[in-house]
Amino acid sequence: MQSGTGSLLIFLILTDLLLLGSSRLRNAIRIAAAQGVALGLLPWLAHGHLTGSALLLGAGSAALKGVVFPALLNRALREIHVRREIEPLIGYIPSLLIGTGVLAAAFAFGARLPLPWESPSPLLVPAGLFTLWTGLFLIMARGKAITQVLGYIVMENGIFALGMAVVEAMPLLVELGVLLDVFVAVFVMGILVFHINREFDHIDADQLDALKEGAP
Amino acid sequence: MKLASWLHPILAVALAPLLPVLIQRVKALFAGRCGPPWGQGYRDLWKLLRKGGTYSRTTTWVFRAGPIVQFACLLVALLVVPAGGLSAPVAFDGDWILLAYVLGLGRFFTVSAALDTGSSFEGMGASREVQFAVFTEPALLIGLAALARETQSLSLSPIYAELATGWELPLRILLGAGFFILYLAENCRIPVDDPNTHLELTMIHEVMVLDHGAVDFGFIQWGSALKLWVLGALWAGLLPLGTLPGPLTRLAAGAGGILALAVLTGIVESVTARVRLLRVPQLLVGAGVLCTLGLLLTIR
Repeated sequence: MQSGTGSLLIFLILTDLLLLGSSRLRNAIRIAAAQGVALGLLPWLAHGHLTGSALLLGAGSAALKGVVFPALLNRALREIHVRREIEPLIGYIPSLLIGTGVLAAAFAFGARLPLPWESPSPLLVPAGLFTLWTGLFLIMARGKAITQVLGYIVMENGIFALGMAVVEAMPLLVELGVLLDVFVAVFVMGILVFHINREFDHIDADQLDALKEGAP
Repeated sequence: MKLASWLHPILAVALAPLLPVLIQRVKALFAGRCGPPWGQGYRDLWKLLRKGGTYSRTTTWVFRAGPIVQFACLLVALLVVPAGGLSAPVAFDGDWILLAYVLGLGRFFTVSAALDTGSSFEGMGASREVQFAVFTEPALLIGLAALARETQSLSLSPIYAELATGWELPLRILLGAGFFILYLAENCRIPVDDPNTHLELTMIHEVMVLDHGAVDFGFIQWGSALKLWVLGALWAGLLPLGTLPGPLTRLAAGAGGILALAVLTGIVESVTARVRLLRVPQLLVGAGVLCTLGLLLTIR
């Protein structure tokens, strides 16, 4: 199972890098969905045997992230007629380079982080941290609200992966992960509502700053 | 120095003209045509090598030196690159850096020869070639560094001998993907450059050699076939071929890997379109990131 976990975690890192470099929103949604489904396998692979809670957690998260979220986001995309991120705050090549630097930092940090329990794979903590930071970066560096939601989902994937390191010892973290999932769903719905309101003709989150109280 | 180790360079020089023909035949198969006959590469070389050259008065010795230096550089590269886990004729600590620099030197002379013609067109191709090299050269060095780090040796022959006998799978996949993109970019294959195009605005490599003719052009074609072989050998070395019995079987398997890579290239060329010129750096940075990830995996 060891090499299976390793390959899965490398797949996780690669999908993060793809997300950093992809401009088409539909592709980005597909990549994030693949990431979610792959993560559903992680509890089973990482611990080598099927417990009831691992099965439930894996299947639930795969169904939510692989089917429900992409469907919601694709529907939103269809309705708002946005296909790609045109002007990200940080371009794609700089994003990839920053991503590589962050990856190196995640490996350096992951090697030093003391864990209360032994991690199932030496890659788990770096991959989880990198996914977390990628999500954070996507939220900061992209202008469209949809990409920011994707960043949020990716960030949650990272938390989920990190939680795997301690899943048998600390079910609380898992609970938190599921709670966050629900929160993302609410967030996605919020976007839809935002669109249905049709107050604006765009979803550039930057321009929402102008709505602040006191702005002219 | 064993006599058997010379087999690979000799085989490479003899078989390299087959590679472009193989790629073209795969593409022809996809397009429903029959493609060039197998001997076409040799026939072209034979035709070109018998011709007398014509040189513009504005060119200097640099123009004449370009193709020959490029060809010689690739011959040197062949001497240090092993195939199928067999040792190369020349092996010393740090020869992977020599390999990277020899490829760079060859490129420098090709580019200089293009600039020497004084044609603004060739200058454009030269500029693009160098621009992409800025991304491919670090990626190649980082990828080779990852291999050196993983196998704890500084020479290509022991590195690839170690690789051939079992090794961690994820690294192979990462570096395999990275090297494949580098192979396509360095050999001017489709996602980066289209070797068949004669639309001047988008040409890269072909535009640099427009003014070369006859013997010089023959060496350029043979040289680009050798480059396919050298970079293909770097890629094929990632396959676990060391368990096969007998050095000759392994050499044949290594050559088979290189030919399989050419078939793969033909398939890629048939099913993908070339990416926009502005997006090429993104692809190449992607290759660099894959190689860097490989290096990070070995360092942890």
